[in-house]
Amino acid sequence: MSDRLITDIVNAGVNPVDHILRTDRMPHIWCPGCGIGTTVNSFARALIDSKIDLGSLALVSGIGCTGRVAGYVKLDSFHTTHGRAIPFATGLKLANPKLNVVVYSGDGDLSAIGGNHLIHAARRNIDLKVICVNNLIYAMTGGQTAPTTPGHSTTSTNPYGTFEPSFNLPHLVEAAGAVYVARWTTFHVRQLARSIGEAFQKKGFSFIEVISPCPTLYQRRNKLGDGLDTMKYYKEKSKVRHGAPTGEVGLTMTGEIIVGKFVDRDRPDYQTMMRTQYCESLGERFVEQEEMVCS
Amino acid sequence: MKADPRGVLTGTHFIDGDHACCEGALAAGARFAAGYPITPSTEIVERFASRVPTVGGTFIQMEDELAASITLQGAVWGGAKAFTVTSGPGFSLMMEHIGYAAMTETPCVFVDVQRGGPSTGLPTLPAQADMMQARWGSHGDYEIIALCPNSPQECFDLTIKAFNFAEEFRVPVMFMMDEVVGHMTEKVVIPPADQIEVFPRKHTHKSVEDYLPYGTNGDQVPEMAHAGEGYNFHVTGLTHDERGYPNMTPPVQDKLVRRLQNKIRDAADRISLFEEDQLEGADVVVVSYGITSRVAQRAIEAARESGLHVGKLRLITAWPFPEKKIRELAAKVKSFVVPELNLGQMVREVERAAAGKARTFAVSHAGGGVHRPEDILKVIVEASRCQTA
Amino acid sequence: MQLTEIRVAGFGGQGVILSAILLGKAASIYQGAYATMTQNFGPEARGGACSAQLILSDSPVLYPYVTSPDIMVVMSQEAYVRFAPELKDGGTLIVEQDLVRVSDTNTNKNIQVYSIPATRIAEELGKRMILNSVMVGFFTAVTHLLDADAVRKAVADSVPKSFLDLNLKAFERGLEFGAIALTAPPSAADAELLLEYSPE
Repeated sequence: MSDRLITDIVNAGVNPVDHILRTDRMPHIWCPGCGIGTTVNSFARALIDSKIDLGSLALVSGIGCTGRVAGYVKLDSFHTTHGRAIPFATGLKLANPKLNVVVYSGDGDLSAIGGNHLIHAARRNIDLKVICVNNLIYAMTGGQTAPTTPGHSTTSTNPYGTFEPSFNLPHLVEAAGAVYVARWTTFHVRQLARSIGEAFQKKGFSFIEVISPCPTLYQRRNKLGDGLDTMKYYKEKSKVRHGAPTGEVGLTMTGEIIVGKFVDRDRPDYQTMMRTQYCESLGERFVEQEEMVCS
Repeated sequence: MKADPRGVLTGTHFIDGDHACCEGALAAGARFAAGYPITPSTEIVERFASRVPTVGGTFIQMEDELAASITLQGAVWGGAKAFTVTSGPGFSLMMEHIGYAAMTETPCVFVDVQRGGPSTGLPTLPAQADMMQARWGSHGDYEIIALCPNSPQECFDLTIKAFNFAEEFRVPVMFMMDEVVGHMTEKVVIPPADQIEVFPRKHTHKSVEDYLPYGTNGDQVPEMAHAGEGYNFHVTGLTHDERGYPNMTPPVQDKLVRRLQNKIRDAADRISLFEEDQLEGADVVVVSYGITSRVAQRAIEAARESGLHVGKLRLITAWPFPEKKIRELAAKVKSFVVPELNLGQMVREVERAAAGKARTFAVSHAGGGVHRPEDILKVIVEASRCQTA
Repeated sequence: MQLTEIRVAGFGGQGVILSAILLGKAASIYQGAYATMTQNFGPEARGGACSAQLILSDSPVLYPYVTSPDIMVVMSQEAYVRFAPELKDGGTLIVEQDLVRVSDTNTNKNIQVYSIPATRIAEELGKRMILNSVMVGFFTAVTHLLDADAVRKAVADSVPKSFLDLNLKAFERGLEFGAIALTAPPSAADAELLLEYSPE
């Protein structure tokens, strides 16, 4: 937590991100030591720092522990079905291009059941900001193996240890076409907030992975300590390597965690390409999409 | 509200049901479609993809039907009128999102051009075997509206109706075409825009402070807000209270799910559309829908020529099922004959509503073609001879 | 117009479906009758067997399928072999004469046969793909089912603008050819065409 944030709290007597939260829904459901709340704090900070118009911001979540973020932010927020936050967000963005659309969900939701949508949204370069909280496990359902679970971890569905290879998400989304890819841990609250702010400056598919502890189901079952132990691990084993080739940033259970901004490139987003194509092909027959609000 | 003339292709056309459905959607104000190619429905979105950039709107071909069926809902919450189009296998994949639309009260239209199943079945050949799936396919208790056109003209007219019902009741509407109607070409008259009535979105006029996203103002259908308007509302597929906040308690569940059901059931008389012919004095009533209603006509005429008193009830609305109408008829007639391109779906509803007061005869068909009129006639003759139950 | 069942059949790419659309459009839009067209196609996009069913009537058409066609237009031998047996007694058979060899078996059904080398005529006019307009013109002349003017209008508003004149010309040629076929023995009509036809 930044010094400034602590000073703010002391001075005001309220949490400075309160106005971005549905305080009437507190306390939240997340476990002690869980990192999701920390990421929400960084997200809220990023919104304040980037002075983004909160009225133009919509947040879409899927299902799972991180899926509950949509219910705690005081924004137009959508808690959708399992795996489908990205296609829902795609419709929202295409119908109203003025919206800033954030997808906030977990690793299982985005990369397993929603994996197909993840790569296709990156391919199309839909202008979405995807925040993927990766706790390496299915937490809401009780600690089952996820596509991101590192090898040899113990999970409820791999009680003798996982043996399937896991996804390296930054590598996956870069290959699929994302224009901005970064990874931080919940130890890196300020860097995370800065990355989120940067993603808002990009037009196109941005993906920020946040490695986050699940003390209840992942750390405990794998004898990796509690939330605090995990913070120490993140602090000791994280290496900032901006621009690291994403092929080299795969995760292991107790090894080094490469963090930083891996990809920052420009290519036209879906709506720009669509408009250009229609203008070229249809000429004067092309009719610009107006605001679709069918009152 | 009158239709936006930009989407209305006023004139007389010779087009098939798929194309007419697309024109109906455009006339109704749909400016967004998400789809995934599947025979025999694809022509609808192909036409939409060609037309919509000249009208001002978006078509996106998604990576699968799961995506298509939720992308359109994102678009609705972004302010659009939106729909998707599919056939059996894709319709199966869309079930979860039909439930999501019902739960979140997202007005939208799902078009299913029915083909033979199960599984891949008969991609280019007709069936009417998704009728129960349309009603019950998603998990949990919910209510939808389903319409069944029997001609290209109705594919146009009833698509507008489907959008209007979707908006009025904030419910997903199933537009249950079949391969024959989809690929049948006939004259379709598209009237001028000022003669097309379009139901506007039930958009809230309340202030941010007064707005309750799922508060109902006595009429069971809440008012809607769109993303980006400052209401900071929350939408969830979880059981929720009037604020839209998750609240997973039995009383909240009871209140919500009953309202989702009752908003449709209480208006069933108004939603139930049917065409009737010679029901007065009939001994036998043929109940049919979609393409089968046209095939049955030959059998009905032949039966009448041989002196039988045969009435016709064509279901235009399949869901909510017009059980009141069947109940009334059951008290007067000997029997119902229900031909359909499945092994017995809507006939169960007829039988249930008749409640033993009149007998019910199915004329089943596994799909892949239409009935031979003589097969329907045979059952009409049998039904006319039966003893009243 | 009495209820008339028509089948148009050939292979994909000949404009089988478009021919049926032109006739259906002429009847329902320009002549105030009713028309219902359905089509059958295999999984092939091109080259496969292709057939369209068209029902014309003064009253609304309910049953959408052809059961025993009054008129059949066939443009390939495969279509002929497959569909000709279903033609009604006393029906009309219209064939693409270079692509279909009519066997004698039909004669005992008292069927009136009209032949036209529609493909050759289309090629002579400069584009093989307009053979359907030739065929539709010929159909109009020999069947007397539709007003020539109604069909002409249907052709005019159904073909791409850049090929409008060519299609109208093709339609007129089919119409003329049909008029000759009605008055002269088929062989004479054939001979006349051969005189005009100059292979490249």
